[in-house]
Amino acid sequence: MTFSAELERRFAKLLDSYPSGRQRSAVVPMLLYAQDEIGCVTQELVEEVARRCGVTPLQVDEVIGYYSMLHRKPLGKYHVQICTNIACQAVGGEQLYEHASRTLKLGNKEVTSDGLISLEEVECMGACAWAPAIQVNYDFHHFVTPERFDNLMQALRDGTYQRKAS
Amino acid sequence: MADLVNFTIDGRAVQAPKGTLLINAAKQAGIQIPAFCYYDGLSLQAACRMCLVEVEKTPKLQVGCTLPVAEGMVVHTDSPQVRKARKGTLEFLLTNHPLDCPVCDKGGECELQDMVFRYGAGQSRFIEPKIHVDEKQWSPIVFYDAPRCILCYRCVRICGEGLGVGALGIGNRGAAAEIVPNRGDHLECDECGACIDICPVGALTSGTYRYKTRPWEMEHVGTICTHCSNGCKTTLGVRNGDIMRANNRDRSGVNGEFLCVKGRYAFDFNEHPERLTSPLIRSGGELKPISWAVAIATVAKKFSEIRRVGKFGVIGSNHTSNEENFLLQSFARQVLRTANIDHHRTGDVAALIDALHGRTAALATTADLFTAKAALVIASDLAQEQPFVAFQLRNNARLNRGHVYAVTPGPVREDNYATTTRAEPGHEFEALETLREKLAAESELVILFGAAIKGDGIRRLVQFGDSLGAPVKYVCLVDYSNSRGASDMGLLPGLLPGYRSVREEGLEPGLNYDQILAARDLDALWVVGANPLSRNTLTSAGAFIVVQDLFLTETARRAHVVLPAASAYEKNGTVTNVCGDVQKLSRGPKTMGAKTDLEIVSLLAREMNEDSGARTPEQVFEIIRRTVPGYNVPVSVIETGGAAATAPVNGRVIHEPAPELIRSAGNTLFTSGTLGRYSNMLNRVMESPGALYHDPRKAPIMEQGSVQMEELQRPQ
Amino acid sequence: MRYNEPSPLETRIVSQRFDLPNPTSIDTYLANDGYVAVKKAFEMTPEQIIEELKTSALRGRGGAGFPAGMKWSFVPRNTGKASYIICNSDESEPATCKDRLLMENDPHQLFEGMLIAGWTIRANKGYIFVRGEYRYLIEILERAIAEAYDRGYLGKNILGSGWDFDLYTHTGAGAYECGEETALLESLEGKRGVPRLKPPFPAVAGAFQAPTILNNCETFSAVPWILRNGGQAFADLGTPKNGGTRLVCISGHVNRPGVYEMKMGYNILALINDVAGGMRNGKKLKAVIPGGSSSPVLRADECDIPYDFDSLAKAKSMAGSGGLVVLDEDTDMVAVALRTIKFYAHESCGWCIPCREGTTWLKKILTRFHEGGGRPEDIDLIAELADNMLGRTFCALGDAAAMPTTGFITKFRNEFEEYLKKSHVARVPQLALV
Ligand SMILES: Cc1cc2nc3c(=O)[nH]c(=O)nc-3n(C[C@H](O)[C@H](O)[C@H](O)COP(=O)(O)O)c2cc1C
Ligand code: SF4
Ligand code: FES
Repeated sequence: MTFSAELERRFAKLLDSYPSGRQRSAVVPMLLYAQDEIGCVTQELVEEVARRCGVTPLQVDEVIGYYSMLHRKPLGKYHVQICTNIACQAVGGEQLYEHASRTLKLGNKEVTSDGLISLEEVECMGACAWAPAIQVNYDFHHFVTPERFDNLMQALRDGTYQRKAS
Repeated sequence: MADLVNFTIDGRAVQAPKGTLLINAAKQAGIQIPAFCYYDGLSLQAACRMCLVEVEKTPKLQVGCTLPVAEGMVVHTDSPQVRKARKGTLEFLLTNHPLDCPVCDKGGECELQDMVFRYGAGQSRFIEPKIHVDEKQWSPIVFYDAPRCILCYRCVRICGEGLGVGALGIGNRGAAAEIVPNRGDHLECDECGACIDICPVGALTSGTYRYKTRPWEMEHVGTICTHCSNGCKTTLGVRNGDIMRANNRDRSGVNGEFLCVKGRYAFDFNEHPERLTSPLIRSGGELKPISWAVAIATVAKKFSEIRRVGKFGVIGSNHTSNEENFLLQSFARQVLRTANIDHHRTGDVAALIDALHGRTAALATTADLFTAKAALVIASDLAQEQPFVAFQLRNNARLNRGHVYAVTPGPVREDNYATTTRAEPGHEFEALETLREKLAAESELVILFGAAIKGDGIRRLVQFGDSLGAPVKYVCLVDYSNSRGASDMGLLPGLLPGYRSVREEGLEPGLNYDQILAARDLDALWVVGANPLSRNTLTSAGAFIVVQDLFLTETARRAHVVLPAASAYEKNGTVTNVCGDVQKLSRGPKTMGAKTDLEIVSLLAREMNEDSGARTPEQVFEIIRRTVPGYNVPVSVIETGGAAATAPVNGRVIHEPAPELIRSAGNTLFTSGTLGRYSNMLNRVMESPGALYHDPRKAPIMEQGSVQMEELQRPQ
Repeated sequence: MRYNEPSPLETRIVSQRFDLPNPTSIDTYLANDGYVAVKKAFEMTPEQIIEELKTSALRGRGGAGFPAGMKWSFVPRNTGKASYIICNSDESEPATCKDRLLMENDPHQLFEGMLIAGWTIRANKGYIFVRGEYRYLIEILERAIAEAYDRGYLGKNILGSGWDFDLYTHTGAGAYECGEETALLESLEGKRGVPRLKPPFPAVAGAFQAPTILNNCETFSAVPWILRNGGQAFADLGTPKNGGTRLVCISGHVNRPGVYEMKMGYNILALINDVAGGMRNGKKLKAVIPGGSSSPVLRADECDIPYDFDSLAKAKSMAGSGGLVVLDEDTDMVAVALRTIKFYAHESCGWCIPCREGTTWLKKILTRFHEGGGRPEDIDLIAELADNMLGRTFCALGDAAAMPTTGFITKFRNEFEEYLKKSHVARVPQLALV
């Protein structure tokens, strides 16, 4: 299986980060970084990661089932996650999610037919004081109102959305 | 004696070695602490929380399965608080457990049922919809019903820790967590079914037993598996004379937990439609059914004629009991007056006995394999060919920190935890030299060797062992359920029972296996429970052929008289396993029309007016005990289902070397000679997509070195 | 970057550099007391460092509030075996969003804290376990790590001490349970984040079964200040046995929600009214969830207390992770209880029965209750089920789910009873489904 040169560099660094004989440690990061590049966890990826980390494919499967960010089906190009946990709930997180679901015509973990946007109701993601919060891929957006949300979605569709600098 | 600590359980003063887990200490004191996930010999989970107990001076309830006892501890295992906790946990457990006990295979022997009966609530307060997931079939043998699963992880642990296969894992998380197989939707494994037997509930069920019967409708017969030489104890569930299942949930016998796919599921040969149920006689070029009386009379008459003038060849079995083998050889030697008797030798036991010069203590028992400080395996793919032996060594490494070395031609499952070295056949001794330093550092060693080491090779091996300096014991790895017994009982042309030379009786050794088949002037070939003509040819065209067998084998097809024999599951008697442990066979099912080989030989003897008087297996076993060196074992041990070690010789064996006769049957996990061919279950497993059988060399399922023993070994 | 205006009432210790230009740069750090403490540590014995920490009364900021000095003292030293420093930046306790700021705005301060820990036990490797959602922080951390290597604050023979220390990031992938220290270690080893049996504790057999110091990100971040200014100075900032300051994440119905660094023991009402700008829309305070979603709720009349570990424990709640949710009079407490248990049911790893089945059952009852299918007996049933989980689960997640549930039922039973009046009998299932 081939990955981008950057990802290969990252993998090499990862495998080097752990004490010798403990390369299994790289399983979760490898899966997540690779998923970001290829869109989801494929069977081919499972076997590749198993081989590189010296574990059985089953041991990789077990990990995939456990972590909520790892998924076997592709999500949208933009994955929109809306938190409805208590801090966000207090200031309209649930309504925001319902608004999103209605306007995007998407249920939880569904993808628009053009594959552009997917929606997920998520647990607290560490933006509670600046709630309601959402993430578009890995970018945080704070104090999101339904209007700001609509503008954001429009930007995604127009292609004017700017990934946040990190 | 280890340090003892004093503590109190339920008002009783108790002592136990320091570090003992409370659950075990309580058990020794006769107090049962309930548990699902705790399982002796497997890693600790503390997941089911059934074993919570009250320990004075600690605010929270304590976990009995992980708590080591300590001096002065005061424990209550049945206080109101404890009872409430158990009830609460059971109530939680039942929320997503389907209450389909009436149709569940486990009904009647389900640990959850028992637990609820004892500690649970009669009424549920759960009124919500249950989570439903469809049942899945993972292989011809293994079915998984997720809603019934209580997630005790016994199956995952027995497969990974116990068997070293690691084919089961945990998928999803939280309430959706379930057990998953290693190939997405199916299993690629040994199909041993250990997971099924160890499951406390009906979550894992077997393709052979499911929906067939209820546990209380069966008679449970403890006997010994007839497939390989390892001699695992198995409990047959018999209903109306048919075997419904084989398992070992009582963990009795040398094998405790263990049974392989053959032991658990390949009993179905016993009811194969092609089982012979009537004697057959050749007439007009065809085999036709006749009565037992006629058949016996025909054979007796023919044998009586031939013994005056002719030449006999007798080929015995490595499946039949010690009693049958003993009787067969004495009948052959004394009644037929022939020394031409042999069997398919799968290991050179006689050469080992000879090389040891009477050092009987150098023969390892099955139990030794689990306790030895170190073991060395030569020329055997143990996990494939000697499944229980492999299990013993692996668990010795895991639980007792025993060291295991292996010298094999190809990759083996032992690679993932043992020190292994590759050696092409014939180059084993060079490889041994490279291990010499490590082996010499061990305080004791058991050497197990396959059929490639024979004759002088065994002598050389014993010299090597002697040169290491520490005590060494040996196991000659043979193939079939009573290969060792066949050898011990003198189914050899030059050796009498107990490896006494025929010359001691003033006789000359007779023809061996190959010579019998090659003799142009052979007048009679008597084959008992063997199938020599499947691979060899018979030279003598005029020989009168008598075959006793379960099936119309290649050899039986050539016979003049075929006598339907009972299987090992259908008889009483004893067998001797690969390590020389004698155990008792008990009759379970019955096939109408077949007779045990003991009965058949006795009938022939009577018909020939040569009745020895001994007709029951017990009577013959008494003779064996009295007359065969090393077999004077305590009857009480065997009668109660135990294994008694034999030490068959007290001096030099005058051995007739014929190393070319040592031929491993090459049986793997999924084959066992003729019997295996008649097991539909084994055939289905072999045809299934996950079958390792497609490539037996695929032995190591887990990666080399992938087993981190530190994680498997107990914290204490 | 900060996402809210600071408050003049703050005491800026771990957040002292947050508002500097270019805060993540090592130059900014060095120009502002950076890496001074580790140099000081190199002159100190492990015992002296641990003593200083004990004096500081620094307590773990991850949730349990265990004294850091004591924890460090449990780690066997000079065993000849490798040992490790692990930073818990999993930050998944609902209502908590402070470690994020520490990594985003002052990564070197965290590194220095970990370096000091590493030096104390002579560990040679450290890992920062960052929750998967914080990908942008991994980029920030890795850039800062590279800078620290360049300048010789990481790597071989640090500042001529003869001691090596390597630091790495490690990402989670979405699992609250991985914040629990032993589940975190399992996750670090490439496995499912299922907690380990204790004992042995991580101090003795932690990462890769080796001796390990594992602390929360904020705990490590406080260490450099303590070594620079002395443990006593830190202790003096707070209340007895509760040293220093704490990043309080104030969310919910206040005018200026945000993360503020406050002296330990600041009054909760003052936090709401003075620091966070008072209640939004002039509403009345109904309740406070003081220390992350697992801390039992306080009624408004119970909030006039200092915000520190011991005071909250006395009030039968917890300061936990410092996430304080302020709820006004319009809040539907049944809905909050439901959302809380939904979270724990979603995040239960499933390892043990009481947590796995307890959280799911509670979620089902509360969902039905919330939808108008409640029965009078459900209220006591909820309380009893929570009680059946409490103290009986494998790890503290079960408690974290049970405690707030019990809290909502006991403190706001009246609201549950109100719900019953709206209850539609038709929605109450009559028979258990098999
Ligand atoms: C279910 C659960 C989740 C936890 N999540 C976190 C977390 O996200 N971050 C954290 O620092 N500690 C968390 N903890 C606490 C850790 O187990 C551990 O006590 C802490 O990281 C130790 O660091 P400290 O002593 O500096 O607080 C959690 C504990 C439990 C039981
Ligand atoms: S399948 Fe059976 S043995 Fe395996 S976890 Fe479930 S209940 Fe336990
Ligand atoms: S509660 Fe929504 S981000 Fe914290």
